[in-house]
Amino acid sequence: MKSAVIVFPASNCDRDAKTALTQMTGKAPAMVWHQDSELPDVDLVVLPGGFSYGDYLRCGAMASQSAVMKSVKAHADKGGMVLGICNGFQVLTESHLLPGALMRNAALKFVCKPVGLEVNETQSAFTRGYENGQRVTFPVAHGEGSYFADEETLDRLEGENRVAFRYAKGENPNGSARNIAGILSEKRNVLGLMPHPERVVDDVLGGTDGRALFQSLIENLS
Amino acid sequence: MKARVFITLKNGVLDPQGKAIGHALNGLGFDSVGEVRQGKVIDLELAGTDAEKAKTDLKAMCEKLLANTVIEKYEIEIK
Repeated sequence: MKSAVIVFPASNCDRDAKTALTQMTGKAPAMVWHQDSELPDVDLVVLPGGFSYGDYLRCGAMASQSAVMKSVKAHADKGGMVLGICNGFQVLTESHLLPGALMRNAALKFVCKPVGLEVNETQSAFTRGYENGQRVTFPVAHGEGSYFADEETLDRLEGENRVAFRYAKGENPNGSARNIAGILSEKRNVLGLMPHPERVVDDVLGGTDGRALFQSLIENLS
Repeated sequence: MKARVFITLKNGVLDPQGKAIGHALNGLGFDSVGEVRQGKVIDLELAGTDAEKAKTDLKAMCEKLLANTVIEKYEIEIK
């Protein structure tokens, strides 16, 4: 699987993503600077965590207007895989590649800890390697991760089985609507989630629950 | 020409910062304070003198970048 990681000014999980992708796929991803208007020929584009453009205006708002995002949108329109993690999820909602918005955490505090999640949907290239309802632990690290969408959109997401991950009971760290931690696009080729699967692909890092996500993608493409 | 854009959260969208500000004001003894909602103000300088064109441009700016219309509403004021 060929992959690329987009690097925005103040991305800070781009190298975590690179390390995880290199370890999982055996090939280093292309690191693409936000001003590059063209993407290399890849299967997967990762929008990493961080604080792109210093979170100015709104998290992900400036990044959504950057040159490279036009190519990312075109890649997604063609059915290419896109994974947005944390700030990457915020960029995806600001770019309208995913519905809804990520708002200030309900408790107004930055949360940085491992959280329990439930894999809510396994019918996707990202989650096929998990069992339905499987409990996994991914770390979160964000101040603005409270997922919001109007009731109609939330009903549609649930009706179309597009809620890929939910915070487990009692684990919602930010007040997200319906405990939503990650959602899929209509065509199911774009996944955005606040927790960090790329930080749990090696026992040395405290867990391997994220491996199945990358493994699913690799198997889907081979 | 100068313009001011007010961006606030839509009704019904939870505003934890506004709530915290309200609690803090109550804590300071301002008992009359009920619900508080916060937002932001953006001041812009614009070339030209056509107020109608400026309004149209500002509306496009709000829709494209300044506001996230999933959660926010905006008001435009030309000075």
